[in-house]
Amino acid sequence: MSLEGRNLTFGYRKKGRVLDQISLTLEPGERLGLAGPSGRGKTTLCKLLAGYERPGGGEVLLDGRPLDAYRGLCPVQMIWQHPETAVDPLLKLKDSVSEAGPVGEELLEALHIQPGWLERYPAELSGGELQRFCIARALAPGVKYLLCDEITAMLDPITQAQIWNVLLAQAEERQLGLLIVSHDSALLERLCTRIQRL
Amino acid sequence: MEPVLEVKDLSISFTQYQGGTRRRELPVIRNLSLTVEAGQVAAVVGSSGSGKSLLAHGILGILPYNSHMEGELRYKGQPLTPKRSEALRGREIVLVPQGVTYLDPLMKVGPQLRGGRRDAQAKARSRAVLERYGLGAETEELYPFELSGGMARRVLIATAAAQSPGLLIADEPTPGLDARAAGRILGHFREIADQGAGVLLITHDLELALTIADKVAVFYAGETVEEANASDFSAGRLRHPYTNALWNALPQNGFTPIPGAQPWPGEEGSGCPFAPRCPRRTEACVGEIPVRSVNGGRVRCLYPEGGERP
Repeated sequence: MSLEGRNLTFGYRKKGRVLDQISLTLEPGERLGLAGPSGRGKTTLCKLLAGYERPGGGEVLLDGRPLDAYRGLCPVQMIWQHPETAVDPLLKLKDSVSEAGPVGEELLEALHIQPGWLERYPAELSGGELQRFCIARALAPGVKYLLCDEITAMLDPITQAQIWNVLLAQAEERQLGLLIVSHDSALLERLCTRIQRL
Repeated sequence: MEPVLEVKDLSISFTQYQGGTRRRELPVIRNLSLTVEAGQVAAVVGSSGSGKSLLAHGILGILPYNSHMEGELRYKGQPLTPKRSEALRGREIVLVPQGVTYLDPLMKVGPQLRGGRRDAQAKARSRAVLERYGLGAETEELYPFELSGGMARRVLIATAAAQSPGLLIADEPTPGLDARAAGRILGHFREIADQGAGVLLITHDLELALTIADKVAVFYAGETVEEANASDFSAGRLRHPYTNALWNALPQNGFTPIPGAQPWPGEEGSGCPFAPRCPRRTEACVGEIPVRSVNGGRVRCLYPEGGERP
């Protein structure tokens, strides 16, 4: 069951095309790095692959079927660069983290989520603390592909290494396919099985 | 020569109310010391939530009303009183802020650079400073929303450099930029230092900081745990276990994490805030931790690497 973007094209009305005929394939267990300068459409490509935007041309196929033919929890999930924009500011984190179903103690512990954080609101936590919750939420059962858009760019190296160690172990165990967007070439070298430039 | 900036035992705390009436003091920065020499880039590196932006606000005297600052600040040898920092900020001491939101959204770039002056000299100067950062004269006629992220950041630097400052403070100047653009931006700071100013670079990005800094102060849970020379990092001369952990967690080094998370302000125990995560801790680490000089740097640790055990 592979995730495939075929000839994806996307643009805003006046500004011309952000993405023009981009194709990529991601297999289970694979970690594909996506590099390229700012403004090249890396985030837009993630949004198309996760179904947040519809392409102007081309299609997104999961296991040969169009992504929008799937019902329920989308097997392709995106983790965003700014976690504070990806959680409901009015929900306590224990509610946000279980939006896609209950999350196991073990996973919370592996991500070093302190029990006290669950009772807090997003505004009371730092970016690194919030990102751990977003990852726990995205690892719901049934998810097959994770699109990681600069998910550790604003974190210190220790938190970054913590988060990636958990994600790599989960990806290995569940044979998840990862798309990893980053400006940091050393990070991509370390994480990816293959790197594509945009 | 006197250092441009001396910070000695600086502490910043906030007064908070809990449940409406219970008042408490929340210490956010404790016993921070550092010096910035002329011609030098000094970096302060710490993770988000460690209180490092407050340091910049403290030096500029723009902390919020419910905060309290203690300790000693000196600029070019003279105490930096609130009155003096008000007179100097924006002229002698300038800030390159974190975000593009610090620009006035309703004012074109040119007038913002000139700070209200309209004479020919100010105009010539704003043009020269834009050119220096690779921005054409047409940039003067743009509003902030028309700038790309990289351009906006160069405008922010231009605004600061237009004043020929003695001290430039840069607060997280590179997030969201790709490595090439970030390198160019940092190069501008190096240039400003090479022309004789002191530069204080506040960032979470250790790797980028090391590309231009002369020395690095490492910040953890509101305390400076180590002051090291930039060359100490690659030479394996680091002193504090936290600095070592940072270095070893970089993707190009070990990519090895250590467990746990930084404690929140007010939730640190007594003694060393890093002790719960530290491989070298003993019972003594809950006591007072003095700052010691080890191998040409300073470290707040009882058992620094490269130092003899007491």
